[in-house]
Amino acid sequence: MRLELVRRPEQSRRMAMLSPLLAIALTLVSGAILFAALGHDPVRALGVYFIEPLTTSWSVQELLVKATPLVMIAVGLAICYLSNNWNIGAEGQFTFGAIAGSGVALSLNSWDSGLLLPLMLVAGILGGMAWAAIPAFLKTRFNTNEILTSLMLVYVAQLLLDWLVRGPWRDPGGYNFPESEVFSDAATMPLLIAGSRLHIGAVFAVLAVVVAAIMLGATLKGFEIRVLGQAPKAGSFAGFSRTRLTVFAFLLSGGLAGLAGISEVSGTIGQLRPTISPGYGFAAIIVAFLGRLNPIGILVAGLLLALSYLGGEAAQVSLGISDKITKVFQGMLLIYVLACDTFILYRPRLVRANPTGEAAHGRA
Amino acid sequence: MNAEARHTDTGSEAAKPANSQPTLLEARGLTKAFGDFLACDHIDFSIRRGEIHALLGENGAGKSTFVKMLYGALQPTSGEIRWKGEPVSIDNPATARRLGIGMVFQHFSLFDVLTVAENIALALAGKVGPGALAERIRTVSRDYGLPLDPMSIVADLSVGERQRVEIVRCLLQEPDLIIMDEPTSVLTPHEAEDLFRTLARLTGEGVAILYISHRLEEVKRLCHAATILRHGKVVGSCDPAGETPASLARMMVGADVREVRHREQARLDMPVRLELKHLSLPPAGPFSVPLVEIDLAVRGGEVVAIAGVAGNGQGELFDALSGERPLHDRGALVIDGHEAGRMSVGARRRLGAAFVPEERLGHAAVPGLKLSENVVLTRHGEHHVVRGGFLKGGARAIADRVVESFDVRKSHRDPEARSLSGGNLQKFVVGREIDRQPGVLVVSQPTWGVDAGASADIRQALVDLARAGSAVLVISQDLDEIFEVADRIAVVSRGRLSAPVPAATTSRDDIGLLMGGIGHGGEGASDAA
Repeated sequence: MRLELVRRPEQSRRMAMLSPLLAIALTLVSGAILFAALGHDPVRALGVYFIEPLTTSWSVQELLVKATPLVMIAVGLAICYLSNNWNIGAEGQFTFGAIAGSGVALSLNSWDSGLLLPLMLVAGILGGMAWAAIPAFLKTRFNTNEILTSLMLVYVAQLLLDWLVRGPWRDPGGYNFPESEVFSDAATMPLLIAGSRLHIGAVFAVLAVVVAAIMLGATLKGFEIRVLGQAPKAGSFAGFSRTRLTVFAFLLSGGLAGLAGISEVSGTIGQLRPTISPGYGFAAIIVAFLGRLNPIGILVAGLLLALSYLGGEAAQVSLGISDKITKVFQGMLLIYVLACDTFILYRPRLVRANPTGEAAHGRA
Repeated sequence: MNAEARHTDTGSEAAKPANSQPTLLEARGLTKAFGDFLACDHIDFSIRRGEIHALLGENGAGKSTFVKMLYGALQPTSGEIRWKGEPVSIDNPATARRLGIGMVFQHFSLFDVLTVAENIALALAGKVGPGALAERIRTVSRDYGLPLDPMSIVADLSVGERQRVEIVRCLLQEPDLIIMDEPTSVLTPHEAEDLFRTLARLTGEGVAILYISHRLEEVKRLCHAATILRHGKVVGSCDPAGETPASLARMMVGADVREVRHREQARLDMPVRLELKHLSLPPAGPFSVPLVEIDLAVRGGEVVAIAGVAGNGQGELFDALSGERPLHDRGALVIDGHEAGRMSVGARRRLGAAFVPEERLGHAAVPGLKLSENVVLTRHGEHHVVRGGFLKGGARAIADRVVESFDVRKSHRDPEARSLSGGNLQKFVVGREIDRQPGVLVVSQPTWGVDAGASADIRQALVDLARAGSAVLVISQDLDEIFEVADRIAVVSRGRLSAPVPAATTSRDDIGLLMGGIGHGGEGASDAA
């Protein structure tokens, strides 16, 4: 017996819907096995991880807080990936956007004006774009691999942030803690629900989803993105420029990541610290794929990934499991969703015994 | 034997294999289902030793599926294959090769950067040492009239030589049955003759050859028997020598194939609509051909064809004409009086030019997009397709119109391009451009791998477009096609273009010589006409 993959004539729409659900199911099963191996009751552990965070209004709000940057970043990444540009460095663009926006906030911290926040957001967007422009330029000019360059720039941005909060931007009245001054009220994002941490960044995320959905579904630009991503030669035959689209996709995703970065610092944290993200820029890659690179799907997937963060914290508190469990779940989810995606264009088939075992040499 | 047609030496070289020869391979009720679709429906087939047996059928008739089952690349749903009288199960190509079934593919599967010997060694999976292998390659290739240097790099070989590598690789496995998928589609007439001699020699030794071809003249001349498939079923078998190409085509299509009608001769007083003036282009990469000082003028109302062996600059010429590689000299290309050399694809389309590249999937169409979306690909400059950056519904209507007028067959209303058979997709991408009524149409390999019925439709559409006043430039390697549609013919060889000559006053042999690069010393080009 061996398993063979048979190409389908067309993409299976049913499988495209089913694949993320199948991936989630496989993740849950694997998680249960993992918990059992650690000596916990798998049902109770999964309950703590995935159900409990949804039972209080505080934690539901917290879910939205965490989903906000994930969705914002993932929407931009989806456009990158659809156009065949592999931006892996959203974490760096997020960080540099946060640095740029915070730079405005800190230098104008005493300016009590309604213009300060918009100025910070614009600076955040431009910062993210600038950071993303580097791999885009290197790719279009020197044909470098954007996966490597964008990823390496993550560490540059993180070290830059580290240096800033320990050095020039350290709060003089902060007892030598590596933190910036706390942002003034004018530099803080307004809250959506008083008393919670849910800020208007969530509205930006939803807006990004809507605009991206319209762009991808109904405009020539969206068509260009899909064509150049799937068949570059057909794209240039259509008259679309690959170079221009690469720059566009990187700037767009960098800008959104930068916006997410400054929103997170201004809305959720309130100051710059050495670590401002639990890996949102990387988790957003999972969100993008789990959401089928579709903006609406990303909205749902963003909530699920946010849940994995909350669940990790809950597991740490209630079960005494390391919060590394979060990364394990996120990793499993990504692997399963990519694996299940194979079935969109291929159908599995069992083939009867092959006595020679020479199939590997066969030329199909 | 009433259709001697254009081959001067159509003879009886298809010497009868003795009917007493034993049956080598037999298929009984061989069936392959893909879901509900029967690609092959109870096919009965047999081939004897020493026989060249043609497998004929339109695209999508089930030929490829059938031979893939014989070669072990697909498993039959039901039915039986008997090899030398014994029922066998051919699980994979390795099993097929061990039994003695070899296959020469239509699309070569060679690594460009390796030598001939290295490529062959890969397929033989280390059974022979490299020195001994080179010697065997030399011997086999000499014995069968397929001269090859085992040490040459594949990238340096012509298409004909690459095919020789495939054939020699197959022969080294000493097969009893060789399956050949459109072996002559990439060869010059001269190279094809060499191939036919090799085949004759092989059959003399008792090797059977299953021969798939769309070139019916060739089949008639070469093959001892033919099995005709239509919609996955065997609809007939015959001795091709007793048939005409037209009668063979009729059996394949199930109806008479129309000959292309030239309603009237092209008029010579029409204005020039497409002009190339000293068009030169440096090579884009190490395996690319430079274009050298190409001059050509195509008038409204005429079809000009550019013949040539693959890899002599056709692809580069197409890219230069379409604007995918804009030129430096804006005056080197003139479309309807506008200097278009430096214009983009889109700007050239706005001047009324349309283009159909050779590669259907991935260039002319995006495999994963629907037909209506593939309409947007080349027609997003039109108001009812895209307005203000937003997609309008117009593409859908165009797709329906093209499907209707070019009889594109498909499974449902708006399927993905990749689900169409090659011929149907080709009708669609040609139809998509003709539907615009372009003033200038440049089309590369309009009927490559397309069945007789669809080919006739496409060629007729090209001629009709020209007669309605457009300038049509066809780049093709198929001489049958060229003589069918062209008013004038030029030949491209190593990036240079010969002076076009009227089709009526030239012969296939003259064109064949030019294709081989003979008489190409600059002045020789026009002498041959």
